[in-house]
Amino acid sequence: MAGLTVNTNLLRRILVGFVRDEVCKVGVRKGVLGLSGGIDSALVAYIAAEALGPENVYAYCMPYRTSNPESEAHARLVAESLGINFKVIEITPMIDAYFNITPDADNMRRGNKMARERMTILYDHSASVGGLVLGTSNKTELLLGYGTLHGDMASALNPIGDIYKSQVWELSEAMGVPREVIEKKPSADLWAGQTDEQELGFTYREADELLYRMVDQRMSREELIAVGFDAQFIDNVARKVQGSHFKRRLPIIAKVSNRTIDRDFRYARDWGK
Amino acid sequence: MDFTVALAQIKPKLGCLDDNMALAEAAIEKGIAAGADLVVFPELALTGYFLKDLVPEVALSLDSPQIQRLKKLSERISIAIGFVEVSSDFRFFNSAVYLEAGEIRHVHRKVYLPTYGLFDEQRYMARGERFRAFDTRFGRVGMLICEDMWHLSAPYILAMDGAMTLICLSSSPGRGVTESEGLGSAAAWQKLTSTSAMFLNCRVFYCNRVGYEDGINFWGGSEAISPSGEVTDRGALLEEDFVLAKVDGGALRRERIFSPMMRDENLAITVKELKRIDKEKDC
Repeated sequence: MAGLTVNTNLLRRILVGFVRDEVCKVGVRKGVLGLSGGIDSALVAYIAAEALGPENVYAYCMPYRTSNPESEAHARLVAESLGINFKVIEITPMIDAYFNITPDADNMRRGNKMARERMTILYDHSASVGGLVLGTSNKTELLLGYGTLHGDMASALNPIGDIYKSQVWELSEAMGVPREVIEKKPSADLWAGQTDEQELGFTYREADELLYRMVDQRMSREELIAVGFDAQFIDNVARKVQGSHFKRRLPIIAKVSNRTIDRDFRYARDWGK
Repeated sequence: MDFTVALAQIKPKLGCLDDNMALAEAAIEKGIAAGADLVVFPELALTGYFLKDLVPEVALSLDSPQIQRLKKLSERISIAIGFVEVSSDFRFFNSAVYLEAGEIRHVHRKVYLPTYGLFDEQRYMARGERFRAFDTRFGRVGMLICEDMWHLSAPYILAMDGAMTLICLSSSPGRGVTESEGLGSAAAWQKLTSTSAMFLNCRVFYCNRVGYEDGINFWGGSEAISPSGEVTDRGALLEEDFVLAKVDGGALRRERIFSPMMRDENLAITVKELKRIDKEKDC
């Protein structure tokens, strides 16, 4: 679709430059990321390897016992084709130890716990190797809130947070991400047989077409209906965007002083860099 | 007169005056060594762009040691550079200073402070109140700071005030990655600088910075544009660069003979109609 299709050469330059600049200005040269076997983290690994050199990229695959074995195989494939550092760290013992205490937890709680477990491992390795955690959430997921707050949504910097899933596919093709990874159905792999699109109730392509017009072009509901979007689909997506907004913000602070952090105490994160 | 302009497409560090002064001084020395007559820097070259609450902390008065050092260097090369200026009544301006022969020839305070979308300048800075051309050894010059150029009246006023060279100092964030070849923001600027040169029969020197601040890139692509609107030199996209552009002095004379729009421009009609519009607006 017009607008969603991107000049991948230019996009690649900006994103690679972003990782190189924003990592190095902090005074480190390394990047750390979770490699799930899916396309988003694969693309970030490709961007990071080009930006920092493969020897400076540390990728961790962190399966749980119910994870699809194909995920680990794909993560390994990505790591090997790039020549980045790669390690598998099973999270089964930690997760099972916790849920032995509260065995009644449903799939969502278990999934969130796993995502946060992985986050703590990445931040621990960030400290041990001396690198920044690279985020792997794309714009579609971030807008829909399809991620775990303080889990997979946590990072020091995110090169793909302003590109839609459709653009992730397009850029991944251009950067040579293995075909198997590009073509498989997107899945959070939190339980067997889970796919994102099944859980969301629509496809990423559909969501991207709508989100691009709704968010980027600021088309009104009437205009969206006029160009052929289903009213219920529009409302459903709009509700998801609004309902998940808290995930995209820092915690709010009760204001009592004259200078409250982020309200009237405002500095760029790159302050002094 | 033929001369050489250097466009210092630098990557300032956010809020680091000393580092950026060193960067500027190195670029000035490089310009001198390369035989350049004028060196142009980006908007807020001495401070970085997304300053927010840092504005008062990095502001310089015109008699600060930093400006004195630049003044001294201007004995050897003319300099146009952007910084945060603090006035004696503690207003902070997004300013550009033009230094030549050891003197401050002109200070332009940015008039149009963008405060929309990703911009928030007016929250932190005071607005300039004038556009004035000034004399230099390259003839009469007008300075604009980034958004100023997006207001047709600004380069128009400078040209009517006699400017034949427009210097635009910029910190333009790169955005709009689409199917097309270039960045949306770069394409828009390229149209603007070239069209302004053509409309006003002026040469344009556009200097834009590079680097990233909190994930926002600045795209560079600094340009020297002839009075016919032709880009004679262009800096790299998204990378530091030092563009040395040889300026053909005769091009201005030839263009003004070929397309004498500025000769024919009727200031009296413009003023009369603007006054009428202004009056009618009051009703």
